[in-house]
Amino acid sequence: MAKRVSLSGNEAVAYAMRQINPDVVAAFPITPSTEVPQYFSQFVANGQVTSEFVAVESEHSAMSACIGASAAGGRVMTATSSCGLALMWEMLYIAASSRLPVVLAVVNRALSGPINIHNDHSDSMGARDSGWIQIYGENAQEAYDNFIQAIRIGEHPDVQLPVMVCYDGFITSHAVENLEMCEDAEVKAFVGERVAPYSLLGENPVAMGPLDLPPHYFEHKRQQAEAMRNAKKVILEVAAEFEKLTGRKYGLFEEYKMEDAEAAMVIINSTAGTAKKVVDKMRAEGKKVGLIKIRSFRPFPAEELVAALKNVKAVAVMDKVDGFTGVAAPLHNEVRSALYGAAEGKIVPGYIYGLGGRDVTVNDIESVYNDLFKAIETGKYEVYNYLGVRE
Amino acid sequence: MAKLVEIRWHGRGGQGAKTASLLLAEVAFKTGMYIQGFPEYGPERMGAPITAYNRISDEPLRVHSNIYEPDYVVVVDETLIKSVPVTAGLKKDGAIIVNTSKTPEEIRKELKYDGRVYTIDARKISEETLGANFPNTPMLAAVVKVSGVISEEVLLNNMEDSFKHKFANKPQVVPKNMEALKRSLQEVK
Repeated sequence: MAKRVSLSGNEAVAYAMRQINPDVVAAFPITPSTEVPQYFSQFVANGQVTSEFVAVESEHSAMSACIGASAAGGRVMTATSSCGLALMWEMLYIAASSRLPVVLAVVNRALSGPINIHNDHSDSMGARDSGWIQIYGENAQEAYDNFIQAIRIGEHPDVQLPVMVCYDGFITSHAVENLEMCEDAEVKAFVGERVAPYSLLGENPVAMGPLDLPPHYFEHKRQQAEAMRNAKKVILEVAAEFEKLTGRKYGLFEEYKMEDAEAAMVIINSTAGTAKKVVDKMRAEGKKVGLIKIRSFRPFPAEELVAALKNVKAVAVMDKVDGFTGVAAPLHNEVRSALYGAAEGKIVPGYIYGLGGRDVTVNDIESVYNDLFKAIETGKYEVYNYLGVRE
Repeated sequence: MAKLVEIRWHGRGGQGAKTASLLLAEVAFKTGMYIQGFPEYGPERMGAPITAYNRISDEPLRVHSNIYEPDYVVVVDETLIKSVPVTAGLKKDGAIIVNTSKTPEEIRKELKYDGRVYTIDARKISEETLGANFPNTPMLAAVVKVSGVISEEVLLNNMEDSFKHKFANKPQVVPKNMEALKRSLQEVK
């Protein structure tokens, strides 16, 4: 039986962690993710979980401790944001290449500098090539649901990769909203026990992370890439099982009113909710608009996205990060790359929005759809755009 | 009631405006409504102006932006009227509630707003019932009374449960908080 509750995103994720009861949580506080280990350490102190809580001296140490515990066969998780994720950088690659299914709640926050505590996606987007699976969510419900599913995705025998569960700092992490929680026993049954194929401990202990020179390094990377490809299928399998449990449907991305859409938007996290409201309003005015919300950014669902965008005339790709490539931002790059050769004549502009917590309103989003219709009509448009910035 | 009610809170760090917005969300949630309660965070320091928001609806809430055209504005600290545009975007058929010892007619002169103006002396109520200045409980009662977003009876029943839970270690303060709520429902004008 589901329980109807009102919780903030951070509370929801901490509660998911309590229900999962991991072996080890090693964490270092940073706004806006601090509450996750804070609430969890209370569960530890109250004896509501049997987890070992390791209060470390930095995020680099947090990820190092997670790697050690996961290599020993444990189920391991942590949380961080912004510069905390940046300080984990070296160890992110170690976790992924050692094929350790650590689960990390990334409460998205702008990277310094200038120093800023508010939401954008520069932290997790910077780590997009670290070999971690990245799952994004729109609200507290999705943060909770994704966190539970992440355990099963990362630990699947065909995957064995760490997973970032990303949700927006403050907007999702600190806002109280309605959501449905599973019963403790349901979560326990859903996640089961971790079965590590290799471990530092036990009957057949192995060494992990040794020197790997030209004779084998390339093959190991090739296997890692294959694991990421496998994750796509596993994400869908786990989602199907989760839907049976909860009735809530998840995929690689969510399609909202895309059936006959002429103008669409591809977007990530909380602003997708704001944009859905705009889609409803414009649909009521007879305008054929739709939206795709990316859930799995790594692995990137390129072919599926091409199919979903087959009939649109124009699609705006929304990035809450710049990327500083001198051309397009990360999601815009991925979508355009996916559409190459499959999008004759499609209009695919990118919009960078909301950096450092700049608020994004329904009017901002409506202006993007209006740009798309103007582009369809005239054929004229800017490819690279900034939304809501003072020039 | 309308399908969506949007409320903006203005207070100063440490006065409990954020807590009040979360309490309102909690009470409305218990009546089965969809709720959002969220603060606009800045550098957090005692006394600095802060803003918090509520959306309350009988339909799922999806918009995740701040609120620019609220139905109601609650001003927990009247000195903010001079430094913060508290009535910005406030709907004409909405209302503003100010914590002050002044009358609505007096405070109206300080506001750029033609709609309904309510006042409540939350400081006095709080000091007389709770023995200290905790304005958020009286302000919560005032916004419920003025907005009608939930009934007074539902507020009182739910808050008694919340207070009993919150003050499990000092049950003697529960009746005082309930008195503050009841007086506030009477004294908002």
